Order: sequence, then structure tokens, then C-alpha cells
Amino acid sequence: MARERSEDTGMDKASKAKRQRKKKPKEHKTRTVHANILYDRAKGEENPNRHYANNKIKTTKYTVLSFLPKNLFEQFHRFANVYFVFIALLNFVPVVNAFQPELALAPVVFILSVTAIKDLWEDYRRHRSDKEINHMDCLVYSREEKRYVERYWKEVRVGDFVKLRCNEILPADVLLLSSSDPDRLCHIETATLDGETNLKQRQVIRSFFDLDCDFDPLKYSSIIECEKPNNDLNRFRGYIIHRSGRRDALYKENLLLRGCTVRNTEEAVGIVIYAGHETKAMLNNNGPRYKRSKLERQMNVDVFWCVIILLVMCLFAAVGHGLWMFQYGDKRPVFDVLSPEGTDLSPIMSAIYLFLTMIIVFQVLIPISLFVSIEIVKICQVYFMHQDMDLYDEETDSQLQCRALNITEDLGQMQYIFSDKTGTLTENKMVFRRCTVAGVEYSHDANARRIAMYQEIDSEEEECLSHGGTLPRRDSVGSHHSGRVVLRSHSTKSHRRTGSRAEAKRASILSKHTAFSSPMEKDITPDPQLLDKVNECSSQMDFMRFHRQPMSQLPSDLSDIIDFFIALTICNTVVVSSPNQPRHKVRTRFELKSPVKTIEDFIKRFTPSRLTSGSNSSSSSSLNRSSNKGCSSLLPSPSAESTLTKLNEEQLSGTLEHTFTIDPPSYDGKTSGNPEEGELRYEAESPDEAALVYAARAYKCSLVGRLPDQVTVELPHLGKLNFELLHTLGFDSTRKRMSVVVRHPLTDQITVYTKGADSVIMDLIKPSETGNSKGKRQKKIFCRTQNYLNQYAADGLRTLCIAKKVLSKEEYARWLQRHLEAETAIQGREELLFESALRLETNLHLLGATGIEDRLQDGVPETIASLRKAGLQIWVLTGDKQETAVNIAYACKLLDPDEEMLTLNADSQEACAVLLEESLHYIQAKFLCSSGDQSTKTFNSNLEPFEIYPSLSTSSSHAAHFLVHRLGLVIDGRTLAYALDKSLEDKFLAVARSCRSVLCCRSTPLQKSMLVKLVRNKLKVMTLAIGDGANDVSMIQVADVGVGISGQEGMQAVMASDFALPRFRYLQKLLLVHGHWCYSRLANMILYFFYKNAMFVAIVFWYQFYCGFSGSAMIDQWYLIFFNLMFSAFPQLITGTLDKDVSEETLQQLPQLYVNGQNSEEYKPYMFWMNMIDAFYQSLVCFFIPYFAYADSDVDLFTWGTPITAIALFTILVHLGIETKTWTWMNWLSIAFSVALFFTAALCYNASCPTCYSPSNPYWTMQRLLQDPLFYLLCTITPVTALLPRYFYRACQGTLFPSPVQAGRQLDKLPSDTRRNILSLSRVKMGSPLSPEPHFLSLNKPKDCQKSASKEKQGSVLQTNKEKGQKSPLVSSRCEKHPTDLHPQAPSEPNIPSYSRNSPQLSCRSSKDCLDETLQPSDQSLSSRITSTPLVSRADSIHLNLPADRASQSVKYTRSSEGELCSDQRVQPAQRTLQAAEPGLHTAL
Amino acid sequence: MMASSYNAKEEDGRNSNSSTHGGAAVAKSKKPDNTAFKQQRLPAWQPILTAGNVLPAFFVIGLIFIPIGIGLYVTSNNIREIEIDYTGSESGSPCNDCSTNFTWNTTTPCICTVNFTLNQPFEGNVYMYYGLSNFYQNHRRYVKSRDDSQLNGNIKSLKEPSKECEPYRTDPVTKKPIAPCGAIANSLFNDTLELFHNEPNGRTTAVPLAKRGIAWYTDRTVKFRNPVGDNLSEVFKDTEKPMNWMKPVYELDPSDPENNGFINEDFIVWMRTAALPTFRKLYRIIHKNSSSTLTLPSGSYTLKVAYNYPVSSFDGRKRMILSTISWMGGKNPFLGIAYITVGSICFFLGVVLLIIHHKYDSRNNSADIPN
Repeated sequence: MARERSEDTGMDKASKAKRQRKKKPKEHKTRTVHANILYDRAKGEENPNRHYANNKIKTTKYTVLSFLPKNLFEQFHRFANVYFVFIALLNFVPVVNAFQPELALAPVVFILSVTAIKDLWEDYRRHRSDKEINHMDCLVYSREEKRYVERYWKEVRVGDFVKLRCNEILPADVLLLSSSDPDRLCHIETATLDGETNLKQRQVIRSFFDLDCDFDPLKYSSIIECEKPNNDLNRFRGYIIHRSGRRDALYKENLLLRGCTVRNTEEAVGIVIYAGHETKAMLNNNGPRYKRSKLERQMNVDVFWCVIILLVMCLFAAVGHGLWMFQYGDKRPVFDVLSPEGTDLSPIMSAIYLFLTMIIVFQVLIPISLFVSIEIVKICQVYFMHQDMDLYDEETDSQLQCRALNITEDLGQMQYIFSDKTGTLTENKMVFRRCTVAGVEYSHDANARRIAMYQEIDSEEEECLSHGGTLPRRDSVGSHHSGRVVLRSHSTKSHRRTGSRAEAKRASILSKHTAFSSPMEKDITPDPQLLDKVNECSSQMDFMRFHRQPMSQLPSDLSDIIDFFIALTICNTVVVSSPNQPRHKVRTRFELKSPVKTIEDFIKRFTPSRLTSGSNSSSSSSLNRSSNKGCSSLLPSPSAESTLTKLNEEQLSGTLEHTFTIDPPSYDGKTSGNPEEGELRYEAESPDEAALVYAARAYKCSLVGRLPDQVTVELPHLGKLNFELLHTLGFDSTRKRMSVVVRHPLTDQITVYTKGADSVIMDLIKPSETGNSKGKRQKKIFCRTQNYLNQYAADGLRTLCIAKKVLSKEEYARWLQRHLEAETAIQGREELLFESALRLETNLHLLGATGIEDRLQDGVPETIASLRKAGLQIWVLTGDKQETAVNIAYACKLLDPDEEMLTLNADSQEACAVLLEESLHYIQAKFLCSSGDQSTKTFNSNLEPFEIYPSLSTSSSHAAHFLVHRLGLVIDGRTLAYALDKSLEDKFLAVARSCRSVLCCRSTPLQKSMLVKLVRNKLKVMTLAIGDGANDVSMIQVADVGVGISGQEGMQAVMASDFALPRFRYLQKLLLVHGHWCYSRLANMILYFFYKNAMFVAIVFWYQFYCGFSGSAMIDQWYLIFFNLMFSAFPQLITGTLDKDVSEETLQQLPQLYVNGQNSEEYKPYMFWMNMIDAFYQSLVCFFIPYFAYADSDVDLFTWGTPITAIALFTILVHLGIETKTWTWMNWLSIAFSVALFFTAALCYNASCPTCYSPSNPYWTMQRLLQDPLFYLLCTITPVTALLPRYFYRACQGTLFPSPVQAGRQLDKLPSDTRRNILSLSRVKMGSPLSPEPHFLSLNKPKDCQKSASKEKQGSVLQTNKEKGQKSPLVSSRCEKHPTDLHPQAPSEPNIPSYSRNSPQLSCRSSKDCLDETLQPSDQSLSSRITSTPLVSRADSIHLNLPADRASQSVKYTRSSEGELCSDQRVQPAQRTLQAAEPGLHTAL
Repeated sequence: MMASSYNAKEEDGRNSNSSTHGGAAVAKSKKPDNTAFKQQRLPAWQPILTAGNVLPAFFVIGLIFIPIGIGLYVTSNNIREIEIDYTGSESGSPCNDCSTNFTWNTTTPCICTVNFTLNQPFEGNVYMYYGLSNFYQNHRRYVKSRDDSQLNGNIKSLKEPSKECEPYRTDPVTKKPIAPCGAIANSLFNDTLELFHNEPNGRTTAVPLAKRGIAWYTDRTVKFRNPVGDNLSEVFKDTEKPMNWMKPVYELDPSDPENNGFINEDFIVWMRTAALPTFRKLYRIIHKNSSSTLTLPSGSYTLKVAYNYPVSSFDGRKRMILSTISWMGGKNPFLGIAYITVGSICFFLGVVLLIIHHKYDSRNNSADIPN
């Protein structure tokens, strides 16, 4: 029930933790849980569990009593509030007071109370949901009634026994003691915690495993000791101490977490370990982060300036007042009133008092309502983003989620995007594409065609899915729970508790689909050739089995094939479920149970000496001292124990047959080939697992059941085979592989099947003995497979290698023993397990490899292209291998075939340094060369490099004039690690940021976040990180804006993100449209706010010259105080929320407009000052026109001041009107409302009480004014005069220097078809990067068209080249023909190394040479060494694939043997070191 | 029960989205409503400020403002106004003696006379103002120094004036409360002005000056009220007159008992603090003579001043102003000139924009929108 509480602060938790600490000082590192029923009589004191938090959750921040102080305290954290309270309090000092003190409090109180009411409402909602959760029912065992009784969740305490029924939600973290499942399993769905929809198995504690009868709580007398509550969902350690003194270890497999749903299990009983706020789910609840947007930072600077202006104005007035007093000298005029004490104030004293008074009078200059208004506008913006249909994904029924409310405008100012690849750019829907078995490639052409077909009909299919809503609901059939609907709603609710509602719904919808099972993934068309072989093979095997021939006689290629498919089928963690029996695993159990005693016996007999020593050595743990006393031998995992047992039995009996069982034909009525077979559903933790299982099923090798100790596979001709699962070594990211150890039912060998990344598996393959034919064959297979792997990678497929290994029983027993030791180790268990796994997974026999396609998401290339056009630099950080990544990058237009590609692969720090140095030089050299040849290549001007972010020059001077070349950079994880080193990071950045796109392969999560941090801090740019998986979380958290894709990999990324999107392509609209709007709206609103307040205050300031600087105001204090708060507040909110400078369509079609936000063009520092100047001018007009109109008349103070107020209001509103770009009825209404409000309020105020409003007492003023024609005359001329300059300026600007945004607006006005024509033309024109001062759609259009046409032609030439390259995988560094893009530039760095001056001479060489040179070394490298990635030879290489469309123009930069380059000397040492290991460092051009 | 509560939750959920209708506990689609408002597609007017678009507005403003300005200017010029400065700070001026010798403490008024000539006759009602310069009636502490509730006839406030009146709240000697309290009342303008027409035949006739009707009607009837009581002197018995006053508040107008106490119109007019340091206040009205058309025929006049109000301490000046008024108030050519000027500027800018439009707009349009 861990509902994401957006408002939960960390403070809350901290205080809770503190309280806890105070309560239990004596408790150390563990928690001891006793059963409550033992203590039922002695409630309270004796119960050892009494200190633990109960299950009542309270997520509210306040109580009735604490609300006011606590809320005020929190609000006063905002400096502005303190400031305004200070000013209000200042009013209570009689000498300085300017307003009625009570009235002066009004704005502050208003602001504070609005916020307080908002907080209160939120808290009340939390309270209500808490209450609802706390009052949910569950079954708790009652000692009195000797049965389970219904209790509210909040009454559940630690130590209670709870009974869980199917589809119930867990009320607390419960240790599983009993399950109705014959395997003592309990299945749970953890979608609410991690978003994973597959079922997880949880096991009953070992000691209760063998209870034949139902669990009886009364007999329970054990004590549980476990860790203190923590938020690690994947860890739980502890042990249970039985009365007998025996201890059993507890694992996370025994713990059911709060918020999960029980599935597939009729009943389960558990004891509550953690309750309420101490549950792991609740501890994982993090509130949203508070980020401050760039705009807000900028705004704060200007707020600071406002303070300065305020002080200057006050000082000026104070000095003026002092002088004014001084001029009267001793003869005190009658109007100079003495102080209340009757004393005469000296000029200096009164100046000081006046200073304070002026601060009060001018307080409005610091816009008190600005902060509130910004918050309101942001909430509205978020609301509109939520409501956007285009950001709604029908397939998953999810929409955009804003999790950080206060950085919407940052979306419009992004400069760098860091994107994950898998699941973000791609669908993370794995589709089996092709495979190679035993060195033979099966291309699966039919399958490829099928996938292509799916791609075509994809859109239609989506529609069908959404309209029909006929997706099979797995649990709608066959459920016999009468209250099913209710329970279902339970589950939905539970989702809401963990995540936001959106997530919950998504999860609940996902749970209706089978995870990873779109028809595209399931229906795989088998390759006929391979299918034949499989059939042949299995029939042979059948034959052999029938004739009792040893299976080893099978031809090795055939056995490889069958092994390959068996590995695909069983080497995973896929759970099988049948659609007819929802969430009920399909089982074919063969009984193999052995008493516990045998295990112990066996272990003792097996390795008596080592056991004791091992336990002693491993018991040196400091953490779990007590648990280790001679009991570590009892810690092995159940599966290990049972396998040992089985081994033991076999050794004793020596019979082999009984493990091989042919299933009775009656089983489920299913035989091989039965079409119903296809209805089995596979639930996998990762999509590629499922893809492989489905692939194997296409070859009739289907997984039909999985139990903890046994896997059932159905093979053609052979029927169902039970593989006894001896051990599973799960997948982890360091090993990058997983293995299963099974006993093969046909050969009865203990076989290890390993599946993993090609890079690791290929290194673990047993080196083939040279000499004999088998070895040769092995080598051949190895080489071929490697080639195919490269080819797959080049096609952008994810590659996996499958290998196997046969162990003798002795070997296995030996390994198992050590593995058990590792498992029982307390300290360093992970490392030991890792080593243990390593021991098993060596000397493998390669079976084959698979290529799985991860399709690009819809619209990714388009999105990337348009984001790019928007001036965003996109970096892709992926864990994939280089070739796959590069190919995906090409596919999604991240890398442009027109571009050169810089590949950095280094083996050491030094090599990396050299590479970076070289790349830098290369870039410079190239740039110099091109500038030298400028005269001959004028036609290239359309590809001129564009300057990134001229605005940068203000923030970091060195970043100025940095040019982005049309270069792509590819760097691998290892090199990245070196490059991110302190000494190299600057150089790396210099290289990276001059490249248009950067691709980091094989990068770890940590590297991702380091990279983002580096770019963000060093380049001072706005960064956005987007990702979908847990490995992107750190990156998402580091970036200025984190975007999570609510994809298939769970919710961690979404939880950490500021915005969550259903698909990558929505990023385009989010940034280009909403980001742009939010930014320009807010920027304009903030500027307007400053203007408005300054203008209003300045009017009062000018008056000081005519009232002896006495701090008097002609504007009634009520107007003065409520002017900002009410009269002028609404229109700007409406404009700030609804104004659209450019329409959505244009923004998307002209991504260039995004540069507007990147360069902060709506709100530049000078604009603040321009606005201030304008405000002062306007206030002068608004003051002096009424001044002269009423000069020397009998007008009284407030009869004069009221028109000024009205005039100021009109001026401010019309000013807003000038700045408003779109006028909807809401704008009109709000302005009319403002005016009406002012006059109504004024009329009411002036008619209400003739004596109350001292000192102004404006009784009947407004009424008289309204009868005065002069009032109307003033109200007409003054706003016109005041706004004349701005209006004129805007008109001139609109005509003379129209901004791109304005051009966009003009496009909006055109009829849609004309617009489309223009946009298509402009796209041609704007295909080149936008220059910083875009001559928007300039006149030389025809030329552009020609150019682009020629460009396309070149592009197609290139395409063919590329295809050729793919056919022959040996072409390592493609020296492709590119249109030359040598850009004339202004020199960027004055201190260009001396060698670059030489480079022009060296630079020109024919492209042929270049080709030759590239091919040669790579050929060598291939022949000398076949690595997993021979495409990129392991040498430090810089593949500078230079364009060479014209021989004379090609640029050559070389630093190998020609000694002319001064960089050579520096390179030498590194080169020497590298040469030993690898073919020399070379630069291929 | 669960289902219904779930729905209730649904509706006030965090993402207040479109799902507003209750129903079964099935997951509703979160698809946002396709309304113009929610999709931000409200029909809108999108003005683009370019020379071409804006140009008409300038011309229209110019064309409207210039006639208005001319009208205002003419109206203002038709107003007759004469100002007589009688401060007497310069030697040789008629009131020099009074101004040099006079202080607040003088009890007997100093009388001086000023002669002036009206070259043109004044028609209609003529308003007689006194004007003060450099008198900062808008000083912050001065403006506050009054007790509205006392002036409204509140007995309690009469006995115990507001603190705002300090230091003119209680008499320092008698400790009695001052009525009316405060600095404004204390500095009441107390010159008496009388106007005599020196007819060509040598006769001198006093011009009838109406004391009533010079204050705002609402002030006299609503804001200012005497404390309840039959006899004003009885009501004000326990109070002290302001320090600078010569007569107590109930004797301000000996001739008209209805014009005494807080509702004395001269007092009320004074209490309405002026906006600017140079101001005039209505003193008397010379009503239109029903028999003749001319209220004040041209000719020689004498202003008789009972000089009570010292202005030398703040270099002030005192004036007497006679003025007729029009529908737009007193004589003030500024507004007319302002309208004419702004109108002309608009017109000029309109022309500039026209040029810009012709020179650039056409070119720009074709550049922006390459058709």
C-alpha cells in the first residue's frame, strides 16, 4: 500500500526515524519478532513487539493542533514571506508606519492563508486516503477465538499472524509461513512496487516447508530475528530460531511485501515482520524533489535588483526628506506635524524614519504576488500538459505525468538530451529475428517479412486494440471468487498507493495483458531449414531412446541444434501460465521428496571435514554474530539442498531411469502438436527471455512447466521431458550471463546451459584442441559464429550466445559444495557467489547465437531529427555493444551518414589521453584546412557549422565561439571511464561538444550520471535525461530535467523522474510545444510582473517630489495594497496560462523556434532593465498627465489619486494586451473582470463607511469622479500616451527585425494549405543547422533546393556503399563517401598548435589512399585476433571517416609514420605501450 | 462499499482529469477530453504587431485626439479667471504690513485691501477661491492628523480623540480634548476675504458671497456632523479649541447657526486635504445674478482681506482667485494641449509606420513567406 505521496517530505520521515531511535535506544542492528499470540493476555508491557510501529499509517503532515505553527514555519522558509511579514510588522511602529497596520498585514495574511489552505486541503486528502487504507480488512489470527478474524489494517501489529487469500493485498511486510500451494510457494504480483507484472514466487520458510497439515499458529513458538527496517526491496536477511534452538535463515524469497497482491495461491499464512511506516514499500516512498528552474534562478537575480532599486528609491526619498526638512530650518511650518510625543524631529532623524516608511510604501516593488502567481500558472500549465491528447498513449492508457511541478519552463530551455537506448528509443519489445546454430546461419527470412508486415499494420492494430478493448483478461475466466470485482478494485487501489494513480492504472492495465506478448513477439515463423533439422534430430533421438542407444551417438551438429533449443527453453526464469487457469502455473510434478534428515546426512557424508572448516571460516562476520554460531551450514538455499539430496539418492541407488519419465498421455489432454499448446503464456522478467522461449516454441520445443526444481519441456516426437533443475545462476549485469544446471533426461548428464552477452560467452568458450577434426570443427564454428554475431550487431540486433557444458557428477558435486559454502557465507557473499559462478561457467561449448531485434519506437527518427533541428544536442548512452548501438543510432537518425564519425576506443588512460588529443587536433586541423580552402568551396556555406548557444558566453566565457561540427562521436564504456577522469574530462568535453551527436556504448549507470553531471556543470547547459529503466535512474536524477519512459522495465525511472512519458516520441511535443509555451509564458509573465510593480510604485515615487518626500501616497492605501493582489492579478494569470505565441503545429514543424527558449530570448537580463525603463516612463506619464491636468486646482488628495489608480490599471492592462499574443474569450473576460472589479470595489468602498477608512476617507470620491468628464478624458489619454512608445516599438520590431517566433506566428495566420507548402519549402531550407541569428527563410531559396537535391543524391550513393559494407563484415572502418562538409569558420581558439599551420599542405590526399589505408590494418587485426567486436579493432583507433567526394577536396590528417607532426612526439610513449598488446595505434582516414 | 469509495477517490484524485462520472470499478480510460479548452485550442484572435497592422490604430487615435484637444482647448480658453496674490511678502504690496507683523498668536486681525480690475466681465456663477502655495497639505503626518469619527459627531471621540491627532489631541495646558483635533484642523485657513465692486459711478457695493454650497454635499451631510445636542456650545463644553484658532468651533460662522461646528463649510473644505503643495480651495460662490446677465461686470474691484494666516514660515503665497467654470472644471489648457500633442504624435508615428510599411513590410513578407 505504498502510495506515492507527492507531498511527503523527507523531513517527515527523518523525524519519524528519530522518534524511533529515541524509543528504542537499546535495540541495535536487528529486530526480534515474537508471535503476538503468546502475549495476548499480557497486552502492553510484556509484549516484546510493542516498540515496533503498528500498521496504522499516517502520512499527513499536520495534526489539528500542529497545523498552524508547523505550516507557518514551513512557509517562512521562503525568504519572501519573511520579508513581507517584516514589512507588515514595521507598520506597527508608529513613527514609521505608512498604512493602517492591520491593513498592511492583509496581503501577507492573504498569501499565507492561500498557501495554508492549499496545504490543508492536500493534507486532508492524505488523511482521507490514510483512513481508507487503515480501514481495509484482512484476516488476523485471534487467540481468543482460535481462528482468523477480520481486522482493519491499522490493527495489524508486528507479530500477528495474517491469512492471505488469493488476490488480496498484503497489509504489511509478512514472512511467509505456510501456503496452500503444494510446493509451498506463494505467488505475488509486485506491479505496485516495481511495475513488473510477472509473478514472483515466494517460498515458505524452510522449517515450515514440510508441514503436512495446515499451519497452526498456536503451535508456533519461534523467534524471528531480522534486519531493521530498510528500504531495500531486494534484500532481506534474518533467521528464525525455533524452540529447539535450531536456526533457519530467511531470505527475501520468504518475505511478502506490503502492497503486493497475492496471486495463484488460495491461502497463505504469514507473520508480520514490518508494519506500517516500517514496511519496505512505505520506506521507499520518496516525495517529489524540489528543483529550481533556470528561469526562476534568473528571476531571483532580478528580484535582487528590485531590492536594490527599492533601496535606492528609499534612500533617495530619505535624503530628499532630510533636505526638505532642513530648508525650513527653525521656522516650523504648520503642516510639518510634530511626532506624537510632541517633540520636534531633526531632519536626519526624520530621514531615517522616512527610509523605513518608504520601504513600506514601496514594498510592492518586490512582487509579493509573483511567487504565488507563478505557482498558480505552473499548476495550470501542468494541468494542460496532463490534458494533452497528443501525449496520451492509448495502448497503455497512460498520459504524461508531471512529477515535479515547478520546472515546467525548463522544458523550453533544454540544450542537451541524454537518452537511454533500450526501451527509450526502442520499444523494448524483443522479437526473435535470426539465429546461428553450430556455425550455420538461419536467416529466418519469412520471419523478417512477418515483422515487416507487423510494422506496417502496427498503427491499425493499435487502433483496434484501443477501440475493441477485447484483450483477453486473464483473470476474467475461471475465477471462482464471488467477490472478484471487489477484489479487483482492491488491487487497483493498491496500485494507487504505491505510485501515482496514473502508474497504478497503467499497471492494472498491463496486468491484463500478458507481459511481453504481443502477437509480433509470440508468433515466430520458423526457418524451414532449421525446422527440418529439429524434426530430424528429435526423431532420431526418439528412435535412439526407443532403442536405448546412448544419446552421445547423435551427430554433433544435430545434438547442438537440440541443445540449442533446450537451452533457449530452459535457460531462463520464465514462468508458464495457462490462460484457462489464470495465474495458475501449469504443473507436471513428479514426486521427488526427500526428508530433511537425508540432506544433512548427505552433506556430512559428502564433505565432512570441509563443512566444518568452511562454516568456521565464514562465521567471522561481524554483522550477524549470533546467527553464525555453527549454523551456517543450515543456510543453503532450498533448491541446492534438494539437488544435493537427489544427487545423493542417485549415488546410492545408482538407478538412472527414474528421472526419465514419459508423461502419461492423459496429462491435460495435450499432446505435442496440439494447437492448444500455443495458448500457454510465458511470463518473463525480461522481454528477451520471453522472445527466446517463444522462438523455441516455434520449433516445437516448448516450455510447458516450470517448478523450482524441475522444468518440463515438450519436444517434437519426444513428448514431454522433465529436466531436473539442479541449480540456477541468475542473470546479473556484471556477469552478463545466466546459467542453469540441469540433469538432462535423455543423456542423464549434468548439463550446464549458459546464455549471455556474446562478449563474455565467447571468452569463456573452451579453447578447441588443435589437431583433431573435432577441434577444427569447433574452431570453425567459433569463427563463423563470431562473424554472424558481428553481422547481427551490424544489423542492430541484440545478440546472445548460447553455450553448454557437460559436467561429471563429481565435478558438479565439488562445485556445488563450494557454491554452498559461498551461499552460506555471511561476509562477501556476493563476491563468493560471483567467483563460484565463474568456476562453473568456464570451458563452455558454443552452441549458437541468437539475434533479437529491439524495434525502434514509432517516430523516434523523426523525433530525433526534429529535436536536433531544434538545436538540441542528443547524446545516447547505452549499455549495448558498440556495433548494435551505432546501427541503432543510424537507424534513428542520431548519426547521419553525411557526418563523419569519430570512434574512440582506448585501453588505457594514456591511450585515451592521446586519442582525445588527436581528435581535438583533428577537429582543429580540419577546421583550419577548410577555412584555408574556403574560397574554393563557397557552396558549402549551407552546411556552415552553427555556434552553440551564444548565450553561453555570459555564463562561461571559454564556451563562447565553440562550434559544433557535423561530427559524430562514438565512445565505449571503458574509454569513457578514462575520459571521465579529472585530468581528461576537459579534453573529452572539448571533443564531445564539438560533435553533433555523441554515442556512448557499454556505459554503466554510474557513468551515465557522471557524464550528465560533467556536461551540466562544466558546460553550464540545461540537460535533460530520458530513460526507462532502473539503470537510468541516477542519470535522471542528476539532470536538470529527468524524463522517465513508463515502459516495460518497471517504474523506477518514472519514480525518479520529473516527467514521465509513455513514449519517446512524445518528447518532441513536450519540449517543442509545451516547453516552448511554458517557457515563453512564464518568462513573459515574470517580466510583466516586474514591470507592473515597478510602474505602480514609481507613480508613488514621483509623488514624493510633491509632498516633501514625506512618504505620502495619493493612492488610497486599500488600492495600493490590493492593486497587485486583486485588481490586476487575473489577466496576467490568464495570459500566463493560455497565451500561445506560436501555434502547436508551427512549433512542431519548425523546431528551430525552440532556440528561442534555449537562448533565453524571452527573458534576457537587458529585458528586465528595458522593462524597468519602460515602467518608469509609463509611470511618469501616468503621474504627470493627471498632475498637470489638476495643477493648481481645488482637487483633494484622493480625488486626485483615484483617477491615477484607474489610469495605472488601464495602462497596465493595455500593456498586457500589447504583450498578449492570443486573445481568447478568457483574456477578454479577465480584463473586463479586472476593470469591473476595480470600479465595483471602489464604488462600494467609497460608499460604505464615512468614517472608517482613516486617513484617506474617500467617501463618495469615486461616485463624484464618475460624473466628472475630466476623469474619462484622463483615462483615455494617459494609457495611450504611456503605451505609445512600446506599441510603436513592437510594430517597428515586427516589421523591421521580426524574430523567428514572429515569423512563425505569421505562418499561423496563413491558410493551412499555404502554410504547409511554405513549411515544406522551409524545411528544405532549414535542413541546415540554424545559424544563431537566423535570417529566417531568407530569399535564396532556389539555390537551396538545388543544393539539397545534390545532397540527397550523394546520400543515396552512400546508401549503396553502406549496404555493401554490411554484406562484407570485414569492412571495419567504412571510409564512406560523404559530401564534403568543410566549413569556413572564424577561428575559435587563438592558440592553435603550431602543427596545424602545416596541415593544409598535408591535408589533401586522394580518397583512394584513405580507403586502402583503412582496410589494411583492420584486415590485419581481424586475422590476428578475432574478438567479439572485430568491427572495431581493439586497437586504440580513431576512425575519422572523412568525406571524400572530390579527391582534391578530401582532407587528410595523419599522424602515423610521417614525422612532421609535432603531436607525434607526445604520442610515442603511449604508442609503444599499446603496440605490445594490439596492432598499432592508427589513424585511418 | 469498496467499489464506491474507490470511485469517490478517483474523482478527487491528484490528476483531476476527465473521469467525472461514477460507474463500476473498472479502470476508466484516462484519455483526456477533447475539448477546445483542455487541448488549448480555444478560438483566439491573434494580432501580430507589424507596421502594416498597427498603422490604422495610430491614424485613428490621431484623428480622434486632435479634435478633442481642440475642443478642450477652446473650452478652457473661454473660462474667465483672475488671480490676486495678496501674500504681501514684497515690500510695497498692500498686505506687506500684515504679513511681516503677523504670527499665529496675534489676536486682532490685520486688515488690508487689494484693488484689481476685471477687464472682461464674468458670466454665470463665479467661484471665489483662495490659493496657497508651498503648503504641503499632503504631508503624510499632516494628512493623518485628524479624527474622522470625531468630525462625524461621535461623542466618545469628541471626548477622547484618536491618537492620530497627536500632538494636537489634548490641550497641553487644560488637558481637555481638542475639538476638532489634529494638525489639519489646527492649521485652518482663517483669512476673511470680502469683495467690493467699485462701480463706475463711484459707489462701492459689496459683492454678495455665498458661504453655503462650497463643500461636497456628502461631506456636509454624511461625513461631517455635529455631536448630538441642542446647544453647540453646550456640546463642546468640555473641549478646547485648536491652538491656532481664535474662535471655538461652534462660533466659526456667527451669521449662520447652521454653518457652525463641524459642519461649517469653510472648515469642511479645508479638511479635504489638497493633493499638491500649490492648491486652491473654494471659498465663496458668487451666484449668477438673476436680473442681469453679468455676475461680475468688468471694472474695478477691491479685495478686503482680514489677514490672519501667516505663510512666511514656509515661503508660501496666498492668492484670491475668481473663476468661472465650464463642464470640465476650471481653467486648465493643459489637457487640450496634451490631446492635440498626443494626437499629432500619433499621426506622425502613423506616417512613419506607413513609410516603414512601404519600404520594409512588403519586402519582408515575401522574404518570410517565400511563395
